[in-house]
Amino acid sequence: MTLASDKNRAHAAPETTPPITPEVIAEHGLSPAEYDKVLEILGREPNITELGIFSVMWSEHCSYKSSKKWLKTLPTTAPWVICGPGENAGIVDIGDGQAAIFKMESHNHPSFIEPYQGAATGVGGILRDVFTMGARPVANLNALRFGRPEHPKTRHLVSGVVEGIGGYGNCVGVPTVGGEVNFDESYDGNILVNAMTVGVADTDRIFYSAAAGVGNPVVYVGSKTGRDGIHGATMASAEFSDDSEEKRPTVQVGDPFTEKLLIEACLELMATDAIVAIQDMGAAGLTSSSFEMASKGGVGIEMDLDAVPQRETGMTPYEMLLSESQERMLMVLQPGKEDVARAVFEKWELDFAIVGHITDTGRMVLKHGGRVVGDLPIDPLALASPEYDRPWTPTEKPARLSAGEVPAPNDPMEVLKQLVSCPDGASKRWVWEQYDHMVMGDTVGRPGGDAAVVRVHGTDKGLAMASDCTPRYVKADPVEGGRQVVAETWRNICAVGGRPLAITDNMNFGNPERPHIMGQFVGVIQGMGEACTVLEYPVVSGNVSLYNETNGRAILPTPTIGGVGLIPDIGRMATIAFKAAGEAIVVLGEADPEDGGWLGQSLFLREVHGRSDGAPPPVDLAAERRNGDFVRDQIQAGRVTTCHDVSDGGLLVALAEMAMAGGIGATVEVAGPHLHAALFGEDQGRYVVALAESGAEALLAAAAAAGVPARRIGTTGGADLVLNGGPSVAVAELAAAHEAWMPAYMGG
Amino acid sequence: MKAAVIVFPGSNCDRDMQVALRNSLGAEPLMVWHGDTELPQVDLIAVPGGFSYGDYLRCGAMASHSPIMREVVRRTEQGVLVLGVCNGFQILTEAGLLPGVLMRNAGLNFVCRDVHLRVERTDTPFTGHYSQGQVIRVPVAHHDGNYFADDATLDELEGEGRIAFRYCTPAGEITAAANPNGSQRNIAGIYNRRRTVLGMMPHPERLADPLLGGIDGKPMFDALVEALAA
Repeated sequence: MTLASDKNRAHAAPETTPPITPEVIAEHGLSPAEYDKVLEILGREPNITELGIFSVMWSEHCSYKSSKKWLKTLPTTAPWVICGPGENAGIVDIGDGQAAIFKMESHNHPSFIEPYQGAATGVGGILRDVFTMGARPVANLNALRFGRPEHPKTRHLVSGVVEGIGGYGNCVGVPTVGGEVNFDESYDGNILVNAMTVGVADTDRIFYSAAAGVGNPVVYVGSKTGRDGIHGATMASAEFSDDSEEKRPTVQVGDPFTEKLLIEACLELMATDAIVAIQDMGAAGLTSSSFEMASKGGVGIEMDLDAVPQRETGMTPYEMLLSESQERMLMVLQPGKEDVARAVFEKWELDFAIVGHITDTGRMVLKHGGRVVGDLPIDPLALASPEYDRPWTPTEKPARLSAGEVPAPNDPMEVLKQLVSCPDGASKRWVWEQYDHMVMGDTVGRPGGDAAVVRVHGTDKGLAMASDCTPRYVKADPVEGGRQVVAETWRNICAVGGRPLAITDNMNFGNPERPHIMGQFVGVIQGMGEACTVLEYPVVSGNVSLYNETNGRAILPTPTIGGVGLIPDIGRMATIAFKAAGEAIVVLGEADPEDGGWLGQSLFLREVHGRSDGAPPPVDLAAERRNGDFVRDQIQAGRVTTCHDVSDGGLLVALAEMAMAGGIGATVEVAGPHLHAALFGEDQGRYVVALAESGAEALLAAAAAAGVPARRIGTTGGADLVLNGGPSVAVAELAAAHEAWMPAYMGG
Repeated sequence: MKAAVIVFPGSNCDRDMQVALRNSLGAEPLMVWHGDTELPQVDLIAVPGGFSYGDYLRCGAMASHSPIMREVVRRTEQGVLVLGVCNGFQILTEAGLLPGVLMRNAGLNFVCRDVHLRVERTDTPFTGHYSQGQVIRVPVAHHDGNYFADDATLDELEGEGRIAFRYCTPAGEITAAANPNGSQRNIAGIYNRRRTVLGMMPHPERLADPLLGGIDGKPMFDALVEALAA
């Protein structure tokens, strides 16, 4: 009898073919040292199914083995943080018994291989991370980075990714309200698709993933399991080469309709007390979800793979365990609640199957066809995954580039036109008009502003959300760039009147086994940590994507930050558009005192002079905090309703964006030792506000009292942007140039 | 007045419609599951936007065969008012309650933005709070909103005054540039013969709250409440 022999061989390799050769081990991405650890944990050779499990659980994607030593140093707590990193998503308190739950995650490798499905399933995965915790998703954001526009693949990738994000998000019915789209040569062979979801839950209805209760049923819900996405997590943990397109079968296929049903079904069941624990099946599918749930709960699971709903016949245990089929969840139910739960999922026409139960053995026992096909200790696999202290070399600090070393342009307005219409500066309307950004009826701040604002349904509160990264700063100086990425989302949230609460970080880097790449990572973490501390803006969730290289060329280090803030009264917020003629324009914050503007690593330097030298603008975190707190107070007091932070392109571009958004011109006076530095310098911690003339004096006085540098620079009105009584440009002409680039490029 | 909102698997503007109706009505509309075969006595049935059945097969095709639709058709015959928005419009055409079809947008992309609509007549229960020829601003959000019917049908719609809204410029001109999806004759919404059923691609429920950037959609719901209270 097989049963008897299985019993006798309870902890032995039950399935021995094919043989585990060094080649097979290498194909599974395990190093010889890691395989030795496998042998030590098991006390025997693994079978192929077990090897596959080790492979995905110890992949960089799932184990954070290169990054966790450093991630642990980031600040993760604040009085309003309910749950920091380690769960499916981070949770912050937004008052009135409600919480915001959010996370950002990359889907870079799949999106390069198959842009539509890669991006679509990226959206699907991050949505599940949020609703698995009990939140209704209320907003999606996406930070996208593509290769240079001239690259033969770029247009196809942009088109596919945007369509994929829209195709999924629009159908699911969660508004896509913000994000970024940038282009750089370093992403030619390795685009970045970073998707963020924000959800809202009641604080007494939050669900976690720790399994509990010996004997409790383990339940599988959602779509059936197919042969798609097998080894996606392992693929996402390796560099690309020219044959990467051969990996297309590892990309999963998404079904947003099923996801929508899954959201509704899960939230319906969550309103009852049937669920003990719940976890989505993301990377590494059934393996990762079951191991994580068991490990967090300190329990074992016995699973019958025959009960797993299957889309195809003849699937092996290996395939079922490593499949990354989408729209699936694993739950542990309270005993006796199976029928209640089944009824809900049947109503929504979703699969529901009891696939196992909780045990007290601390082991994962997998059965198939009446035989034990895998028997692994949970904690050594989940918790004792490798952790590396990889060698790293710090990036050499670049020298400051003084404004005198950069030729001044003859016509600043021509430069302005160039900056607002260059690929990074041009309007991304072509992108966000393909996303339903209004569904759910709470989008108060639509795309195109500093931060998107979504009303918390049924209340007067708003969530302000932004995603930012300036990779050229990070590359030049990872520490300063790390401070800047955090500060910029903080600033964008302050600029709409929100109180920044916490961030999610999506760390996209090259190969960590190369010391200078690891050095970038270490530097960024240091800078981010400092900014998070000073701004009281902790990290509550995140994702690391390494090995973003093709043929040995790394991407720019790109730590994308997603920030979430709270607007207590959405009747009092700000937008970037000039609202009326005759309003006073005031700049808050200070430019470099020596040159009157910081041109190192600026968009101006890159676009006009084709240079990328110098140090990036320094971030004075104390000033950042002071200026942001001040501008937020002014907005929340109702004194300022027009505000924009100064970022890419500097002060003149900020003014132009405000003018274009409002269709109203302005007359401004800007001076400095180097006019081009004052106009195009990207000095940090600055805001432009516009307000009624009658309030201007009081604002300047309040700023002085708060120690915030403030300067009246002009007045809104007219159809042109007029500088120092001389150079001028029609706002309509700017807007035409700003709007034209992206549609022309995509139509070309 | 009592209103019902039909909920299909994949509907995603059902809550938006519920909120807009509640705000004008001062009472909760009924949310009716597509699988139900009976519909309580109501004065207005709203078929909301979304992706019923994932838009699989053809937008609205599967939903039009949901059990509740038989009841919706029956109520229509009795003169109960029906408002179909976006996917709801697609479902009403698939169910044969309105003529024509909604094809893939001419530009092939999904399009989500505010558009301007010219109100073609005001003597209907849906448009009584607008003025003749008024230009209103409401959003569209669709991939398949390109209204198509043969010329005879279009002529009939025009002749019988059954065109509810046309895409126009902010000044009210009917131009190709103002048409977001290639719809024939810039048609954004149409009525049945009795003008008791309105199907439209734009979303009036999305701009019925000043905080969302406009209230041009609200007069439709206010008008319905008034017409049905009478």
